[in-house]
Amino acid sequence: MQQNAISPEVILPHLFRQEYAKITAVLCRYFGLQHIEIAEDIASDTFLRASENWAVNGVPINPTAWLYTVAKNKAKDYFKHLAIFETQVKKELPTETIQDGQAFEFDIKIIADSQLEMIFAVCNPTNSTEAQICLALQILCGFSVEEIANAFLTKTETIKKRLQRARNNLRNENFQIGDLGAMDIQQRLDIVLKTLYLLFNEGYFSKTNNQLIRKELCSEAVRLTLILVENQLTNTPQTNALLALMCFQSSRLEARINDNGEAILFEQQDKRLWDQTLIEKGNYYLVNACDGQEISKYHLEAGIAYWHTTLTTENKWPHILQLYNQLILMEYSPVTALNRTFAFARVYGNEKAIHEAEQLKLTENSYYHELLGHLYSDIDFEAAINHYQKAIELTKSKTERQTLTKEIERIKQKQIG
Amino acid sequence: MKEFALIFRLNDTSDFKPSPEQMQERMNWLGSIAAQNKLADKGNTLLPIPGSAKTVRPDNVVTDGPYTEIKEFISGYIIIRVENIEEAVELAKSNPIFKIGGNIEVREILKRD
Repeated sequence: MQQNAISPEVILPHLFRQEYAKITAVLCRYFGLQHIEIAEDIASDTFLRASENWAVNGVPINPTAWLYTVAKNKAKDYFKHLAIFETQVKKELPTETIQDGQAFEFDIKIIADSQLEMIFAVCNPTNSTEAQICLALQILCGFSVEEIANAFLTKTETIKKRLQRARNNLRNENFQIGDLGAMDIQQRLDIVLKTLYLLFNEGYFSKTNNQLIRKELCSEAVRLTLILVENQLTNTPQTNALLALMCFQSSRLEARINDNGEAILFEQQDKRLWDQTLIEKGNYYLVNACDGQEISKYHLEAGIAYWHTTLTTENKWPHILQLYNQLILMEYSPVTALNRTFAFARVYGNEKAIHEAEQLKLTENSYYHELLGHLYSDIDFEAAINHYQKAIELTKSKTERQTLTKEIERIKQKQIG
Repeated sequence: MKEFALIFRLNDTSDFKPSPEQMQERMNWLGSIAAQNKLADKGNTLLPIPGSAKTVRPDNVVTDGPYTEIKEFISGYIIIRVENIEEAVELAKSNPIFKIGGNIEVREILKRD
């Protein structure tokens, strides 16, 4: 067999992330969601075989095709055994489609369709949104339980239980993967988009300082949303708006964290680190998103993210403020309320914004105090320090505490000077 | 928590079409209420223009426009969720409508159900 120069240790983790979920999704189409474990076992076995085989024989020229062939054969074998078992023991054959090994084809269209169906199966309102995100990470993105626990800063045991419950719910729902009608898709698309949006945010605003995990969460959310955009049934203005938002946000991923994992404020970011290709993709999807009358919250958020990627400062903040006004009218959230007030400060000055901020009365929210600390920082040193201290008490993030402590030091210096 | 309707009235239909600056001020006011999580319903604008406004009176008398004996007309409404009428009045006070001679009626909502 011809060989690839690359070593198995390098390529396997990468392939696993990409292909494990695809293989599971394709197989699951035939096994049904009730038997997702069988599909997952075969996918795992396939990678086990690859790691053993490639260590000895080297990585094949087309490793993906190798994986698909092995997975296909394993699935056929499984059904051969099952057929014997079924005929001899239960006197009953499995359904016709799965008897036919030909069914396990891994062409581009089948992979895309299977993944789309799997996305819809996982984003099921029968599970809490948190559980949906865990399931998505495990089934759609090939994350291990440890990796998910890491991303959520939760114990592996908790994640394990959450996944177990979520899987049981899916089985009981008896969701039929593979025959999603146009109607089902329309009804479920909102939930799917919301889960992908939260998955992305989990990465973008992650509790973990592990930059690698953050990037992977974001890029997985982008990959899954891209699947939706590439399918005619799910390629709606909303989906495009969500993808545009993700592209704009992702473009700043490199710039917003320093080498110590600390967040860098927007103004202090090195704009040369912004990814121009992603910004252009964002623009492309945002244009597609405007094909229609409908304005969703993803449109508004993508609009805000768009203004953040522009280098011009003229009229930027008035536009952002108006978009936040529309967003908060559509759906209240403390984060939106605080971001809106920040934009308000940019347009009308800190003094007016303090009044606006204090009306929010989000006294148990660390960002509320951080915002007020920021607004007071040139007006009333004492008040600024008090608010920053309150924010330190309330925040759970270590890096956040470090950043805030530095701010207090800075103000104390000004006080002396 | 109680719900109140804030009913906006203007004197002159020419004030109805706001300038971009006025629009921005209105949106800021509305956004500010929503940011305090006190907006129950963002309400609607009521068009006072010919073809969009008529008044039906007894004996099948139909007249153009919303105009009664006084010139004032209702231009829109929103519904807010606050502790009491004093708080509702405080929120209404910061509306930019007063700059153009409008007024706001604050009315507690009694739900039909």
